[in-house]
Amino acid sequence: MDLLEHQGKQLFRDHGVPTPEGRPAQTAEEAVEAADELDYPVVIKAQVLIGGRGKAGGIKLANDRQEAREHAEAILGMDIRGFTVHELYVEKSSQIAEEYYAAILVDRGAKRPMAMLSRMGGIDVEEIAERDPTAIARVHVDPLVGFQDFHGRRLAFEAGIAADVIRPTGALLARLYETFVAEDAMLVEVNPLLVTEAREVVALDAKLTVDDNALYRHPQTAALRNPGADDEQEQMARERDLIYVKLDGNIGILGNGAGLVMSTLDVVAQAGGRPANFLDAGGGSRAEAIVDAVEVILSDAKVDAVLFNIFGGITRCDEVANGLVTAFGQIDVTVPFVVRLDGTNDEEGRRILAEADLPNVHVEKTMLGAAARVVELTGADAADGAVDAPSAPGAELRR
Amino acid sequence: MSILVGSETKLVVCGLTGREGSFHGLNNRRYGTDLVAGVTPGKGGGDVEGVPIFDTVHEAVAETGANTSMVVVPPRFAADSILEAADAGVELVVCITEGIPAHDMLRVYTHLRRGPTRLIGPNCPGVLSPGKANVGIIPAHFFPQGGVGLVSRSGTLTYQIGNELAGCGFGSSTIVGIGGDPIVGSSFIDVIALFEGDPETDLIVMCGEIGGDEEERTADYIAEHVLKPVVAYIAGFTAPPGKTMGHAGAIVSGSSGTAQVKAEALEARGVRVGRTPTEVAELAAELSGAAA
Repeated sequence: MDLLEHQGKQLFRDHGVPTPEGRPAQTAEEAVEAADELDYPVVIKAQVLIGGRGKAGGIKLANDRQEAREHAEAILGMDIRGFTVHELYVEKSSQIAEEYYAAILVDRGAKRPMAMLSRMGGIDVEEIAERDPTAIARVHVDPLVGFQDFHGRRLAFEAGIAADVIRPTGALLARLYETFVAEDAMLVEVNPLLVTEAREVVALDAKLTVDDNALYRHPQTAALRNPGADDEQEQMARERDLIYVKLDGNIGILGNGAGLVMSTLDVVAQAGGRPANFLDAGGGSRAEAIVDAVEVILSDAKVDAVLFNIFGGITRCDEVANGLVTAFGQIDVTVPFVVRLDGTNDEEGRRILAEADLPNVHVEKTMLGAAARVVELTGADAADGAVDAPSAPGAELRR
Repeated sequence: MSILVGSETKLVVCGLTGREGSFHGLNNRRYGTDLVAGVTPGKGGGDVEGVPIFDTVHEAVAETGANTSMVVVPPRFAADSILEAADAGVELVVCITEGIPAHDMLRVYTHLRRGPTRLIGPNCPGVLSPGKANVGIIPAHFFPQGGVGLVSRSGTLTYQIGNELAGCGFGSSTIVGIGGDPIVGSSFIDVIALFEGDPETDLIVMCGEIGGDEEERTADYIAEHVLKPVVAYIAGFTAPPGKTMGHAGAIVSGSSGTAQVKAEALEARGVRVGRTPTEVAELAAELSGAAA
């Protein structure tokens, strides 16, 4: 889960990471009030989960009330690389002397937290690496020992930052590490990390990604969910506890197990089809979960056909078949389904489907066969529009 | 021989009194695994179909000589359960649980690497040595005994590939699901090193997916240390960047972690990569024909 700048900065303040004073605002009126309280000059900042806000005109300096209102009105509703601005952050303007870069992340390769510091901030870390790879200092931290003063010193000296701010920068990094651990973050990034003209070190931006698996111990963060960032189906899926990712094709996909679903997408693409989504029904899929999944997949108007690819381990094929039968009873299904059931209780699953005699459901034995079939069905349906034409499903059930 | 689990395995299941724990634990016993104990705090002294339940792993180990633990408890208790098993001196912990916070796993991983206990998973289907023992949730009937060592980040995809291999006449020495989380106890390299040293394994199949750079590191390791033929599969060629594809670890970040980059890294090191699960089995047949 990604946090907005002002949400991240609240967590920073909770853990003692210095940030400029600021207030969130939902309307231009609120922004002006916040600006009056903070006193001018202030910076009006678009709150969206995407970088490049400044270049897109989403960050503006306001020297008085009139400018604050004008900028707030202009930025609210603005589209920044596909993200609509619904919220603003009004922040006291800072006097910039230097801009650094700091981050702490879970390094999957080393299986340890990694802290990074660079004297070149204010640009993308990829760009820093390109311009001067030696400008980024990195240290790994033993998660059982935690961030020590020497980590901060090493980063500061290796990054070559100004000598007079080595101590406060180290202190800030220690607080940043505390935030990273306490809030179960996968990534904490500060870009720029600012040195003011008064030689104070503050976090001018905040990018936090919190581990979804740890949200249960952070109820306040979990409640921050920003539904505007999600697509309609992804939101529906989340409400139903389904793992769904929207793609841009027309073949709805459901499978059990992330690897198998990814593989199914690949195989459908190789067969010439375009998957509409990734949906992992997970282990131990109960009938209700299948009903939910079918509802979510079919709520995407682009879907012309659906492929169920089930290889039962924890998942029992009879439960999936029962779920499908229930779903067909509850939902008006107008597109063809290709169903492949294999693995735990597969014979029982296929028997249930044969007895139910569902309209326009095609049963296939192999994954490649099922992919080819669903691609063929979308092609044919797209050509003659005969999506409702019932076939003889019973005859197609085979072992 | 086989690796990790076999006839010498004495299994304790943490969470045996739960729905999934009893279903799979007893399935493992029916397969022939020596299931010696279950652990559920507060339920010590009872039994699940004759398998004694203990309050602590220490007690289970002392009473039964358990050397392998399977963890099937909810995610918020799983890290504790793994650490308890390690503290009790269990040699191998297989953690099936999905959804353990990454910071828990950073601590668990770091601690376990300093001691003798090996961890497989979490978020994995377990380990099966056909004909000998099954520890986890792998449906054993798809996997006849044979010479393929199979290691994978995914569960159901592994069954799919095992099924395709069986269709081409291949059995397996051991199937290891290392798990789909960003931080797992054992890597492809750890498991492939065991397969390389296992006299019953003739050919290795590794099944990777998008995210991280494990597959790329493994490619380098194979080139330097592995003499046995290796066939690979990578899932997620069609995954869009920035989206987590089900597994917490399956995410393309910018241009890194893509299936394309992984497949190319493996092929550059001489590892054949199948583009579909079916093609993996065909390549295995081709390579074992060439080896014979």
